[in-house]
Amino acid sequence: MTAPPLGKDLVGLEDLSADQIRLILDTAEPFKEVSERPIKKVPALRGKTIVNLFFEASTRTRISFEFAEKRLSADTVNVAASGSSVQKGETLVDTARNLEAMRIDMVVIRHPSSGAAEFLGNRIRSNVINAGDGKHEHPTQGLLDLLTIRDKHGKIDGIKVCLVGDVLHSRVARSNIWGLLKLGAEVGVCGPDTLLPRGIEELGVCRFRRIEEAIEWADVLNVLRLQLERMEMGFIPSVREYYRVFGVTAERLEKAARPMTIMHPGPMNRGVEIDSRVADGPHSVILDQVTNGVAVRMAVLYLLAGGRPELADAAKGPGGPE
Amino acid sequence: MTLLGRRLASKPEMSRPDRTIILDARALARALQRMAGEVLELAHGTDDLLLIGIQRRGVELADRIAKLIEKDKGTRIPRGALDITLYRDDLETVGPKPVIGETRIPGELAGKHVVIVDDVLYTGRTVRAALDELADFGRPKRISLCVLVDRGGRELPIQPDIVGERVKVNSGERVDVLVEELDGRDEVNLVRQGAPA
Repeated sequence: MTAPPLGKDLVGLEDLSADQIRLILDTAEPFKEVSERPIKKVPALRGKTIVNLFFEASTRTRISFEFAEKRLSADTVNVAASGSSVQKGETLVDTARNLEAMRIDMVVIRHPSSGAAEFLGNRIRSNVINAGDGKHEHPTQGLLDLLTIRDKHGKIDGIKVCLVGDVLHSRVARSNIWGLLKLGAEVGVCGPDTLLPRGIEELGVCRFRRIEEAIEWADVLNVLRLQLERMEMGFIPSVREYYRVFGVTAERLEKAARPMTIMHPGPMNRGVEIDSRVADGPHSVILDQVTNGVAVRMAVLYLLAGGRPELADAAKGPGGPE
Repeated sequence: MTLLGRRLASKPEMSRPDRTIILDARALARALQRMAGEVLELAHGTDDLLLIGIQRRGVELADRIAKLIEKDKGTRIPRGALDITLYRDDLETVGPKPVIGETRIPGELAGKHVVIVDDVLYTGRTVRAALDELADFGRPKRISLCVLVDRGGRELPIQPDIVGERVKVNSGERVDVLVEELDGRDEVNLVRQGAPA
């Protein structure tokens, strides 16, 4: 049995079909088990060289990708913008072409500019995986959120998911919206007007002005990080007021008709967008998201790697296993 | 080789139908019964026995054989499933990536007599991958190979310990194993390449 191909790069969930997204989620399932083995390693990407090119700070995503790569037996190199030639003024394409000259196979890129991953993917032969580009997309985060919702609720179709908080600056929100809508979920957004993009309803999502309404409606709350580094620009009056009006607190959730699944892409600002009692509570799947992140990234790496169709014919015949 | 198998092999190409039944449901049941007996003999009882089926049809066959042994001996036979996709030696070159099935290894492998169960033994490359994968789970005291159909054509020095049926297969033919659980009926067919699956 073979699966429909995914293409060379993973730039965003906007570009994928529902079937392609389902393929990645289904492929992630068996990879969960690999991380539970006594030897957490399979030889699928043996001999492949992967560069993790991070132009922005990241702990979770970078480590998660690195674990995924190592558990597939790939060789990995991490390049951070600080301490590299980028600081000397080298362009993105020059950096990548130099890496390609050292015969790499895949690039995982995080970059502050929206569109950086696609730009790079169109200019180099290696597979490019977007690990977050500006305010555009963070597809593997979207995928691991989808997987976590599917694990918890048994399906995605018909589930009501509300993204809470700073949707404006959030690439996680965009990847969630595309992925959820394609798989048939209902999507809501809730936050201060200054942090919800104008016209977001046109994507097919509903807008809640009060967190209480969102809690009343949703099955899942995906609480986004308030990007404090951007808050000096006056999007909210104060962090304290934000928590008072939009904070996901235990008191607010107690009023909900049913238990609600709580997600957060991390890193969390406890006491800003989420109450510690909620983050650590029985309905929080925040750490499941992290576990699923490795499996989803293994699936993406596996599906994108190699895949040179021109060699497929040569591999057929008695050479292939029955 | 059965009488039927020999007849097939000698028949001229043109007069052969697209699909010939090698084992029907009753013959398949008999073959499995005999294989279950041979597994018991090989393992000297059921003490450390562990049956591991290779995805997908090997898993069903391992389950059947285990049930037959359980019926005979009254003790529960542990069984597992192994998907060898990530250990394939041609993963680099296959076009669209194969879908990966479940791998489930019950408990420790150390001290166990593992019997690998698969539907068809052909090149031996699947078994090579299975041996490598099992080695990453632990060190069984012994690994044996049990297949429903040995169709010849080995590309590696791998031989089965227990065989349900040996079949001579000409070029342009393949062996299809159908099992009730997945395909709605038990049957082993010899199929001319290009014929509908």
